[in-house]
Amino acid sequence: MKQIVINILQEIRPEFDFTKDSNFIEGGMLDSFDIISLVTALDEQFGISIDGMDIIPDNFSTVDSIVSLLIKNGVQP
Amino acid sequence: MNLKFYNKSITGILTVLPAKEIKFEDEMENYNFSAAKSLKLKMAMGYNKHRIVEDGVTISDLCIHGLNHLFEKGFLKKEEIDALILVTQSPEYFMPPTSNVIQGKLGLKQDIICMDINQGCAGFEIGLFQAFMLLEQDEINKVVLLNADLLSQKVSKRDRNSNPLIGDAASVTIVKKSEKPNTIFANIKMDGTAFDALIIPAGGFKTPSSSKTAEMVEDAAGNFRSLDNLVMKGDDVFNFVQREVPPMIEQLLEKAKQTKEDVDYYMFHQPNKFMLNKLADKLEIPREKMPSNIVENFGNASGVSIPTAITFNLGEQLTKESSLICLAGFGVGLTWASILMRLEHLSFNEIINY
Repeated sequence: MKQIVINILQEIRPEFDFTKDSNFIEGGMLDSFDIISLVTALDEQFGISIDGMDIIPDNFSTVDSIVSLLIKNGVQP
Repeated sequence: MNLKFYNKSITGILTVLPAKEIKFEDEMENYNFSAAKSLKLKMAMGYNKHRIVEDGVTISDLCIHGLNHLFEKGFLKKEEIDALILVTQSPEYFMPPTSNVIQGKLGLKQDIICMDINQGCAGFEIGLFQAFMLLEQDEINKVVLLNADLLSQKVSKRDRNSNPLIGDAASVTIVKKSEKPNTIFANIKMDGTAFDALIIPAGGFKTPSSSKTAEMVEDAAGNFRSLDNLVMKGDDVFNFVQREVPPMIEQLLEKAKQTKEDVDYYMFHQPNKFMLNKLADKLEIPREKMPSNIVENFGNASGVSIPTAITFNLGEQLTKESSLICLAGFGVGLTWASILMRLEHLSFNEIINY
């Protein structure tokens, strides 16, 4: 699941390396519109609908936080 | 606040759209982003094309065009109009009310109440509340509700947060006392502590427009706008909608003793496709029951987005059939409101161009 998330992130912002341990939001790697593109792609990839209440920057700050978000929204770990 | 209204009905809805249409791709170069990123945004948000008035066109032009259409088609008579409510954030003047201007230009009777209401995204619901209350009067039998906004004139063309989604439009809704008994359920809430989530900072008495307020400034996301332009805290608005709207709808249905399945259509305000789809999923409502195709076809014209959703998606159908419809508007104020009512056998339910 982690690799799929990285691939999607890479597709959205190819100029950044999402395998590094950094905060994507604080580091300016993802803005709010990137998050919308990311949620759309994750919903489609995993056949879920991420709860609108969960769409806050903190949940998209690292690959691990995104994976946790996916699990919370019904994706099997 | 939960509300109930008795024995009122909508007998017709008309949307008036400017004929001028602008495609998202034609404006992409104005935004400070790559074409690839803009196109991804287009897909997710449902940006495609929007309707914009030509320079010099005002809301009274659109409203009068719509009303004259109804007079000519015999759907409405001038002497029948006992009240004219105009909900807008694009008045022609600070004073007088634009509804009075429309009354004068059309030569409507003097035995009438004209009023402007400054509301936006929930403006259709608030206008209907006012119409229902006026119809409690013995001498008021027919109310014309006008919703109109031309916010394209207040949005920076270099603001990709707002410009692609804004549309201009007006609608005319006829509201009258119902011939058969009914109960309309509604609710509304407001939170003025977040008044600046959607705002045009300058141009009013607090901060009059000046050369300084017209200066274009780049924000952290790369958008350029001035204090004379509309600014939206997109993240805050999104979170507010996802937090407040689902419980509002649950409460409305509970008060009305109806299930989600009982409702035929959910006609919600349409800021963008992404937000609407998330609301539908959260409420576990099939997306086909909550159309989200107004922004992509016409743009979001604030309080006109719900009447446009009804005329565009249910046009002729509602002139022949009966549907239980849940309306919900949410945004500027902050304001959020919903109505559950039956729309049936409308005399007209259509879109015309200006």
